[in-house]
Amino acid sequence: MAHDQEHEHESHVGLIWKVFGALSLITIVEVILGILKPKGLHLTIFLGTSLLNWIFLILTLVKAYGIAWYFMHLKQEKSGLRRAIVWTTVFLICYLATLLLIEGGYIGDVMSNYTKWSY
Amino acid sequence: MEATIATENKEGETWSGGGKKPLGSSYGKMMMWFFIMSDALTFSAFLGAYGLMRFKFIDSWPIADEVFTHVPFLHGHFPMYYVAFMTFILIFSSVTMVLAVDAGHQMKKAKVTLYMLLTIIGGLIFLGSQAWEWKNFIGGTYGSLILQDGKVVQFVDASGHQVALEDFVTKSAANERVAHTKSNGLWYVQDAGALPPFTTSEVIESFKNSPNISLRTEEVDLATKHKIILSREDANKFLSKATGVVKGANLKINEYGNTLFADFFFFITGFHGFHVFSGILINIIIFFNVIIGTYERRGHYEMVEKVGLYWHFVDLVWVFVFTFFYLV
Repeated sequence: MAHDQEHEHESHVGLIWKVFGALSLITIVEVILGILKPKGLHLTIFLGTSLLNWIFLILTLVKAYGIAWYFMHLKQEKSGLRRAIVWTTVFLICYLATLLLIEGGYIGDVMSNYTKWSY
Repeated sequence: MEATIATENKEGETWSGGGKKPLGSSYGKMMMWFFIMSDALTFSAFLGAYGLMRFKFIDSWPIADEVFTHVPFLHGHFPMYYVAFMTFILIFSSVTMVLAVDAGHQMKKAKVTLYMLLTIIGGLIFLGSQAWEWKNFIGGTYGSLILQDGKVVQFVDASGHQVALEDFVTKSAANERVAHTKSNGLWYVQDAGALPPFTTSEVIESFKNSPNISLRTEEVDLATKHKIILSREDANKFLSKATGVVKGANLKINEYGNTLFADFFFFITGFHGFHVFSGILINIIIFFNVIIGTYERRGHYEMVEKVGLYWHFVDLVWVFVFTFFYLV
């Protein structure tokens, strides 16, 4: 296989295990927070949801970044391809999520006046 | 250069799309990315719809860590331990996948084979765990009563923890109900599902005889984020509206509260589980291709990289499902 020798891929095994360690650590932190639900974070509302939820959201995005950048090799792709993939997807998802959540909150506000919790 | 041209006409180059590589990405790889983007938007639509319904019923949505509390071989209340384990398994199978891709870049066939095998095993463990999780959810944990307007009330002890119906309800022999089967009645009629373990009147009767059991509604006190526990006289008012006993969850009825919670759980984790399933199938095909040396002859292991992208994407989706279903 003479033609194989020219490729420039060096092994990333060390980096892969580091990323795995980071992802596992974040997951463990998430689960501990999810079980304990510290009152200060869980009951403090900030921009529409609790601080705890914001922490979960940010940690999730960090995990997603780790998977996409290092496991899916986005880091090694050309920046044009990377931007085409990431910017488009992130923009569309943010757009969709924002509209749906605002709408859901509005329907909830209107409907809660008509829901009976006593008999 | 000669060598490069020679490999292009060799077997198995059907999917390479020729030698042109816009943005440094081959045809197959770019198409995999396009597919992943469209699939990501599909999943966002599902999770977004879940979010909409959740905000719509923000004052009564089930609390996830009261629902998913099972761990195999153990009895008790273990919120989220098992899902954390599943997440860990999937991340680990992602690691073995990326190690397979890495070994492929260095043309190490034996290592690629081993890591692909580990990835497939990881996927199977995850799928099995998913099935077990579904089994528990469908079978139910505590049981509850459904009221005539579709709301669900649950039973809690003095400390506010849920109590299973079996723990306080006494069966009365008088209203034993035999399941209707095709062989002992009208052959074209059958019971819609498994019969609940107790009748409504048995549960109400036993509740009246157990003063330390309280009734809990679906309604969440937004200040403390706990479900509201009713006083004794309110509880009796609620019980007078009870129409049936619910054990477990399906698409029509859900002992944990809002039926939409069960619907979205089955739909989103089911759709994700189907992705894992097809990912395992694709991985198996590639695994055998590696063994018979297809990619060795082709001169590169890009196919492993492409299925790797799909597999990582499945992991990526699970990270979000985990957050939005179990944590938030």
